[in-house]
Amino acid sequence: MPLPLAAPALPLDEAGKYVAGAYVVFMVLLVVYVAIMAAKLGRIERELREVAAIAEDRKAESREEVSA
Amino acid sequence: MYGKGLKPLSIATVAMLAVSLSLVFFYAPLDADQGFIQKIFYVHVPLAIVALVGFIIGGIFAIAHLRTNNRKWDAYSYVSIHISVIFGVAVLITGAIWAKASWGHWWVWDEPTLVSFLIVFLLYATYYPFRYAIEDRDRQARYASVFAVTAGAFVPLNFMAVRMAQSLVHPRTFATAEGGMPGEMMLAFLCMLVAIGLLWTTLVKFELTAKSASGQVKRLRRALDAPVAGGSSRIAPEVS
Repeated sequence: MPLPLAAPALPLDEAGKYVAGAYVVFMVLLVVYVAIMAAKLGRIERELREVAAIAEDRKAESREEVSA
Repeated sequence: MYGKGLKPLSIATVAMLAVSLSLVFFYAPLDADQGFIQKIFYVHVPLAIVALVGFIIGGIFAIAHLRTNNRKWDAYSYVSIHISVIFGVAVLITGAIWAKASWGHWWVWDEPTLVSFLIVFLLYATYYPFRYAIEDRDRQARYASVFAVTAGAFVPLNFMAVRMAQSLVHPRTFATAEGGMPGEMMLAFLCMLVAIGLLWTTLVKFELTAKSASGQVKRLRRALDAPVAGGSSRIAPEVS
């Protein structure tokens, strides 16, 4: 007998956990992806702060050289 | 540059997802055969369609890269494939859950639709080791583009072969001899397809924006002649 004929519709209380499971998987993957992207953006921001600090140090050094 | 329009796109994606999920659970009728379990269809099938189309789009961007030698297209191709692989993971997991509920098995090896999608997914899973096995960035981008074009051409061929094959248990979504879906189900499905398509576009744009920002910071560091903390990333192509 083909499988679909052998598998009648599940009752709501049993089907509900599978449906919830599928949608939760989708949402969890989305949330994990967004969390990874948030971590990446945090790293970019930190690097940008470091670059800005280097640029400011350079500016201060060149000012000192001019005044000397 | 890549971040332009990201905010309205994100808002449209969230709104469309909310509307589509409401239609799926409160408007679309229960399936006569499968009952409530058929609701998985509205997330599983759009994810599969968008993932496969995303792989093809990755191939089209790769053609643009090979024609113009512009690294921007390589980044587009990489990100399209990357997001589609993530969607592919969701397709396999939601499909396995649906299969377990409907057929009593997590996986059916003699079903062409399932196995063909797994083959496509595994093919694209090899994209990452293939890409990062090459040190030289230009060669890496060129070879990855050739891979993306070849694999992208394989996707529609694979799809057609599966449509022509005799399906054992996996249902066909559209245009079968037994007729299509009722109007309410079709509306919910099409809304969900648009929502997942918007989600794919948003994530691609989000990823490209992050890569562009990262690339700009690295360029700034190089311009300042300072050592790069942590070294350069080999995980993704740089976008300027």
